[in-house]
Amino acid sequence: MNAPLSPVEKIKSESRNLRGTLVESLANPVTGAIADSDTQLIKFHGSYQQDDRDLRDERRQQKLEPAYSFMIRTRTPGGVVTSQQWLQLDAIATTYANHTLRLTTRQAFQFHGIVKRELQTTMQAINAALIDTIAACGDVNRNVMVGANPHESLAHATVQEWAARLSERLKPKTRAYFEIWLGEEKIAESDREWEPVYGATYLPRKFKVAFALPPVNDVDVFAHDLGFIAIVERRGVLGFNVTVGGGMGATHGDDKTFPRLADVLGFIAPEQLLAVAEAVVTTQRDFGDRTERKHARLKYTIADRGVDWFKREVERRLGFALQPARPFAFAHNGDRFGWSEGHDGRWHLNLRIEAGRIADRGHATHLSGLREIAKVHKGELRLTPNQNLIIANVDARDRATIDALVVAHALDGFRTATPLRLNALACVALPTCALAMAEAERYLPELVGKVERLLAAHGLSDVPIGLRVSGCPNGCSRPYLAEIALVGKAPGRYNLMLGADARGQRLNRMHRENIDEAAILAELDVLFARYADDRSDGEGFGDFLLRAGVIVPARRVAIPLETTT
Amino acid sequence: MPALPALPISLLPEEKSGEILRLLEGLEPAALWWLSGYTAALAGQAGVATRTTSAPVARETGPQERLTVVYGSQTGNAKRLAEKLARDAEAAGLGVRLLRADAYPQRELKNERLLALVISTQGDGDPPDDARGFVEFLAGTRAPQLPELKFAVLGLGDSSYPQFCAIGRKLDARLAELGATRLAVAGEADLDIETVATPWLDRTLSAAREAYKASSPRAATVTPLRAVAPTPVSEWTRERPFAAELLVNQRISARNGTRDVRHLELSIEGSGFAYEAGDALGVWPTNPPALVEAILDSLHLDGGSAVALVGETRPLRSWLLERRELTKLARPFVAAHAAQARAADLNRLLAPDRASDLAALLQGHQVIDLLQAYPADWSAEDLVAALRPLTPRLYSIASSRKAVGDEVHLTVANLVYDAFGRSHSGAASAYLASREDGARVPVFLEANERFRLPKDTTRDIIMIGPGTGVAPFRGFVQERHAVGARGRQWLFFGNPYFERDFFYQLEWQAALKDGSLHRLDLAFSRDQENKIYVQQRLRERGRELYDWLENGAQLYVCGDATRMAKDVHATLIDLVAEHGGKDREQAAEYIDALQQQGRYARDIY
Repeated sequence: MNAPLSPVEKIKSESRNLRGTLVESLANPVTGAIADSDTQLIKFHGSYQQDDRDLRDERRQQKLEPAYSFMIRTRTPGGVVTSQQWLQLDAIATTYANHTLRLTTRQAFQFHGIVKRELQTTMQAINAALIDTIAACGDVNRNVMVGANPHESLAHATVQEWAARLSERLKPKTRAYFEIWLGEEKIAESDREWEPVYGATYLPRKFKVAFALPPVNDVDVFAHDLGFIAIVERRGVLGFNVTVGGGMGATHGDDKTFPRLADVLGFIAPEQLLAVAEAVVTTQRDFGDRTERKHARLKYTIADRGVDWFKREVERRLGFALQPARPFAFAHNGDRFGWSEGHDGRWHLNLRIEAGRIADRGHATHLSGLREIAKVHKGELRLTPNQNLIIANVDARDRATIDALVVAHALDGFRTATPLRLNALACVALPTCALAMAEAERYLPELVGKVERLLAAHGLSDVPIGLRVSGCPNGCSRPYLAEIALVGKAPGRYNLMLGADARGQRLNRMHRENIDEAAILAELDVLFARYADDRSDGEGFGDFLLRAGVIVPARRVAIPLETTT
Repeated sequence: MPALPALPISLLPEEKSGEILRLLEGLEPAALWWLSGYTAALAGQAGVATRTTSAPVARETGPQERLTVVYGSQTGNAKRLAEKLARDAEAAGLGVRLLRADAYPQRELKNERLLALVISTQGDGDPPDDARGFVEFLAGTRAPQLPELKFAVLGLGDSSYPQFCAIGRKLDARLAELGATRLAVAGEADLDIETVATPWLDRTLSAAREAYKASSPRAATVTPLRAVAPTPVSEWTRERPFAAELLVNQRISARNGTRDVRHLELSIEGSGFAYEAGDALGVWPTNPPALVEAILDSLHLDGGSAVALVGETRPLRSWLLERRELTKLARPFVAAHAAQARAADLNRLLAPDRASDLAALLQGHQVIDLLQAYPADWSAEDLVAALRPLTPRLYSIASSRKAVGDEVHLTVANLVYDAFGRSHSGAASAYLASREDGARVPVFLEANERFRLPKDTTRDIIMIGPGTGVAPFRGFVQERHAVGARGRQWLFFGNPYFERDFFYQLEWQAALKDGSLHRLDLAFSRDQENKIYVQQRLRERGRELYDWLENGAQLYVCGDATRMAKDVHATLIDLVAEHGGKDREQAAEYIDALQQQGRYARDIY
């Protein structure tokens, strides 16, 4: 490891625990941007500097800097908030952000379009709602995900609690956040802060944790650095299978980068969870690649050194061995829409939020509608890992009130939408995401319409097929786990990837590289025709493509499972 | 002509020799002879050589033998007319001295025999910056009795303001009060300056010649000196504008803004316009064609019918497009239209006690609004005769030749607003904003000697230019960068919104980075609940600002005259009082002194 450290490592180490020059950057009135080095550090505080890329050229000609604004992402483990918190977040969206709330694939809220001079005020308003944004982005453990499975309400509560504890344990301990955003008094230089888990330079790269509740794999547990599959018996959580080394991100044309599914490491008891997580995180902290950020995720550490080595290292740090993994089975990775009853007799309404964007658009007054619901709803609201929303823990008597509001604000689209539309995912992409190479969120409704017409032509309208669109290869919409994925390459051009299963256990494969919409639709048209003719009973589109030989199997077809009998 | 030989031996510092050679270049023998006498006389007079050189050199003639022309000018019009009077008087054989008001030696007033004053009125009845001291002196108790003085005053103003020509009027009355007699009735020129100025110049000149003959029989022996008023280097003038090619017409206010502000780049290649940073460019606009058609429609007149007036014949449409003022309303047309429409209520607005109502009418209405509110029949001839001649618009140049070569850059707010059921726009701004690249725009150069960078490049400068008032400071910063000035530059800029109208943001950021701008303070009024203007930033930086002034910094203000410039002026006095430990009066004197020394210059409109 003689290669020089990546520039971000230097920024982190010189940042005095994530302070950098953020205070000075915020105070500079000449620009709506912050200093370059601070753009790296602000991520750890839960924010990205962005700009409206639609306006970039125009503003340059106008001798104006880009229309800079900031995205703020919340740390909301499991995506659970109270109605009161919802109202506060809604007020922030309409006061400081662009009048939308964006639900992410990691069960976080995103605010977009906040200008620099209102960043601190916005952060304070978020914290006033008892929600923070610490480590929502950056080279640290990000928002911890929890399967939203509403049927298993008792297990969900237990898992949710563990997720919250883990999120707290892996939260950076620096007071920088409180000083910069909340006006806490600065600590004296002599009181050097210590990050017990992370150390002074934090992790080599972002780190993602998810908890799955079989049989639903809505979190795509194998797509995360660290996963916990709850093993539930008689409604109690016995413990967790631990998974490590998953990750979606890749770089076009760089075959040293690739999406990877996690390995199942073994089974642990609930009380071992925090220690195991810490051992995994510190192993990655010490062995992860800090010279090349594209090669810095845990998945590369494990791919390079072997999972056996990794398991030994984790067990050495723990001082005990993991038990063999327990059997589990995932049925699907989508949401189940509409009302369902939990074990405790309370009701949950899973609403479809297209691409996770809650806004008021014409008669579809989703933002206002959810505000009205939050005003009367006594339970909580849960973001699903598929960018959707559950009105959770509703008393049977209150269902009618909520149903009426759902209809009044056109939130009832899930009742009539095709399975394709209900399951489709898209990352934010243009115009705000700096990484986007092509449209995603804005393009999704139109694309789905066109694919729907193809499916209808082949009599496949009712077949659930997973479609995900990503503006770049980094994978925020977990595209490599979709039966059909479009991965952005250039404006209007995508890699067409096909053949994942619908359970989050098999990656898709490149089918056609860098093609436009017409070519994409033409490819799909042919494949839908074959699928309509030759599919066996209940066979998914991705499974069919594999059987038909359209897709060459990946190195690892499915998750190799080591299970006890 | 061939370059002059270098000065043989020199008692002069090196830089002075160069300057002298430059000044002498092109002078005729008569002038050179005269100059030798002048400098010889200077040598005999102790102390005179230290006199300010900012004003044109005075002829050394006795008060009885000459006409003194004094001007106070904000945008250059009064100066231009004063120069014309001086040239004409000289051509007519009079001895003349031409002085800017702040260069006028006040103690000489009591000996003056023939005095012509050309002075504009700013905003709410204020004198131009260069005439503040002069006006105060004349109005004050120290002003001498002037029984032997004959004088004439030409006031310039804009009749859409209530205090129209107030300064001219005030000086005319005061001189009479001090015992002086009028050579000619005072003129009060509106925006169509020539309408009043030309006859006034004629009257004044002939009256001066009469008076001059009577007092100075030796007049015929005086050799006229053509260099009294600087001869324009360029053959292109206000009356004979240069057709400049438009190179760039770029909106610089963001799309979500309500205001449309343009950055224009014009080629002046071949014009000979040797402008300095701080000068202005005059633009002859064409009125908006849609407005002309609307006027023709509402009066049921044929745009093609030929109209002859003062020796010029052109179709009515062409008169309205290119020769008549349509976007600014003036009192004479209101009067004429009131008569034409037999509109009693409109007529009543002309009464002296309704001045502010009339001003409001003139401010908010255009010709078309009046035509539609008070229908009347107009013949094409009468209409053209009643409307004011079109006047050119002046824009502060936003570039330095050293940075942009043969180009002039302008910052133009395209004023568009809805009123009385139709869209209204300014004449020149709409004209310029709608020109496409490659179009030819008739322009001329209007020098603004009072708004120049200090010769001494080590001096700090403070620039206060909110809105489009920032234009000349773009030129200043370019210029100081180009000449490698060692003094510091400090800019105060303001506008409603940071995201939408931070004019030239990228350039200021680059200037801060490369060191050609040292400080930039910003006030975006609508970005927070309480409106913040540049004045507040001045106050917040009061201590440092005062220190800069104490260290000899030069201060510039450009932009809105009615409110901004007034508030800034008051704020400057406040901060000098606070940080200089002075009472308000002393602080005001401090600021006045800066103005007198040419260290506080304003380009306001």
